[in-house]
Amino acid sequence: MLCLELAWRFVIARKRPMILSLTGIVFGVAFFVVTQAQTSGFEKFFIRTVLGTNGAIRISDQFQDTFGRVEKISKEGSTEFFFHSREDALYREGVKQPELIREALAQFPEVLGASEILEGNGVLDTGSRKKSVEIHGIRWVDHLQTSDLSKQLILGSITDFASDQTGILLGSRLYNRLNMKIGDRIRLMGGTGTLHLRVSGVFETGVSQIDKNRAYLHFDIASSFLGRKGEGSIFQVSLHEPENAPALAVQLQSALNHRVVSWQERERVWLDVFKALRVSSAITVSCILLLSGLGMFNVFAILVIEKTRDIAILRSMGFTPRDVASIFLWQGAIVLSAGIIFGGILAFGATYLISIIPLRIRGIFSTDHFVVNWDLNHYLWGAAIAMLFVSIATWIPARRASRIEPAKIIRETL
Amino acid sequence: MDTSSQDGVLKVENLYYSFSENDLDVQVLSGVSLLAKKGEITSIVGPSGCGKSTLLYLMGLLDHADSGKISMDGQEMQDLNDRKRTVIRNQKIGFVFQFHFLIKELNALENIRLPLLKSGTDRKLADDKALELISELGLEDKWNRPAYKLSGGEQQRVAIARSLVNSPSYLLADEPTGNLDSKNSEMVFDLLLKFAREKGIAVVLVTHNDKLSNLSDQTLRMMDGQILI
Ligand SMILES: Nc1ncnc2c1ncn2[C@@H]1O[C@H](COP(=O)(O)OP(=O)(O)O)[C@@H](O)[C@H]1O
Ligand SMILES: [Mg+2]
Repeated sequence: MLCLELAWRFVIARKRPMILSLTGIVFGVAFFVVTQAQTSGFEKFFIRTVLGTNGAIRISDQFQDTFGRVEKISKEGSTEFFFHSREDALYREGVKQPELIREALAQFPEVLGASEILEGNGVLDTGSRKKSVEIHGIRWVDHLQTSDLSKQLILGSITDFASDQTGILLGSRLYNRLNMKIGDRIRLMGGTGTLHLRVSGVFETGVSQIDKNRAYLHFDIASSFLGRKGEGSIFQVSLHEPENAPALAVQLQSALNHRVVSWQERERVWLDVFKALRVSSAITVSCILLLSGLGMFNVFAILVIEKTRDIAILRSMGFTPRDVASIFLWQGAIVLSAGIIFGGILAFGATYLISIIPLRIRGIFSTDHFVVNWDLNHYLWGAAIAMLFVSIATWIPARRASRIEPAKIIRETL
Repeated sequence: MDTSSQDGVLKVENLYYSFSENDLDVQVLSGVSLLAKKGEITSIVGPSGCGKSTLLYLMGLLDHADSGKISMDGQEMQDLNDRKRTVIRNQKIGFVFQFHFLIKELNALENIRLPLLKSGTDRKLADDKALELISELGLEDKWNRPAYKLSGGEQQRVAIARSLVNSPSYLLADEPTGNLDSKNSEMVFDLLLKFAREKGIAVVLVTHNDKLSNLSDQTLRMMDGQILI
């Protein structure tokens, strides 16, 4: 504790260089946290959008054959696992026996909900405007379990849709393009004929491809319109732990003999982009911490030279080389701790301020302000990186200090 | 041998010390022997460069001799490891140098109590002991002055207090009055004498001041790394 006390006295006696070192750490830590909060904020938001719109897992086409199947046989000769190589397998479009799939899915405790969806195309006609759409026939109770559709509704209501068999939910862009109002009548053409529908709601997912093209109908209506009875649908599945989707997808794929895709695989391109952004900003910002580490190294190297005589006298009165080193390491620790605390506070405030900056984004998700992610891990990582650089920056001078020969210094001082 | 008779005795036997510079071996001490007794001031005088300070650093375990023996209280020091030497420096030896070597970030009291705190003494006790010395040295009203705000004489007195605070058996002073005027020099010498007598410390004093060396109990003259008889 004596060494800590001396360290403290040395630090407060050198306000300017110490505050300079401190500032470097404060900004380094704060920048680190803020950039991570932003990049991971957008990433998380994107994932939420993806899960809320298309679910964690999608089960589609049945495998036609076992060609391209890869198996692993255990020593006893039983099959440990196998999976179908998607490149080589032949598919049959859509799910074969939806009831069986539904039953099978119920056996998996990880599954939160499953929604059968019938996809197809049609043309919407308001009388004055026409637009081709991607029809999604859904059972609304099931679908609400596997998506954020109710939250995504910006006009109309789900109860309205539920109570009207001819109801249709339109994507927001589609709705604007067609220049409609809630309750308006609209015709759906194609398939087996023409349907007369009523607009009961408008949803916005933020994903422009979807908001531009998608429309939800009741499953049975869609099925008769598309002329597909009891086959060719797909399943959208939600999970208690969406993170575990890839492993479960592999399991489901072999159990169901259908093509099963997790959201991680489905959105890999974007997820990789986010990851690259997050890592590159971490590296860039770590450079700030590296620079403040260099500055601190400089400060401490000079400090050791300045303190040579004091070190000699401390050694002469019974301080060990370790004590001497610890005096300097403590000084580093004091500046580091203060830097992490103030850096964390600054980061917290800056993250909040950034989160209220207006920013309109549409395309892969929809937001009207900066999205930030509050995550303690960012603070811990920022602190860890600062600690790494500061440790190196103080350890080297501290070691030099501990090696000072008192007799030599005293002799040269006289 | 009866060790109690060796208590407080610093004995140096046939000490040799050299260093090499530009591939040349320079002999600094060539067989120095001396005996410093408790309660006495032993002065070492001699021309500059004759090896007085070197001898003092060796006695203070700040450096290693090439050969020879150093013993304190009958215990031989030359073969102890660095850890033990450090502890002995803290417990048994006090240093005073020409330059006071006070830590400027600390005030007088904090400088003085450092060796005590280092040896693990309770803070309250350390402060009491330090304050006691401060008043004995006539610095009562300056105990909380930052070290650098004290005059040269005051700083040297603080340094002496620091060297004495842990009740050492041996006080090694290397030209402690070298930077002081004659009034302050005599004051410092009187203090050293007082502490030697009252606390039974063996004081070894390197000085250029003939007046002071004449007041010592024993004066050793050095020349070219040897003590003249
Ligand atoms: N380890 C060493 N390295 C370099 N020079 C030394 C070393 N030890 C002693 N000296 C030199 O030896 C000479 C004698 O030193 P010193 O004991 O300080 O003499 P004094 O105190 O009597 O003036 C000085 O010139 C000093 O610089
Ligand atoms: Mg000298």
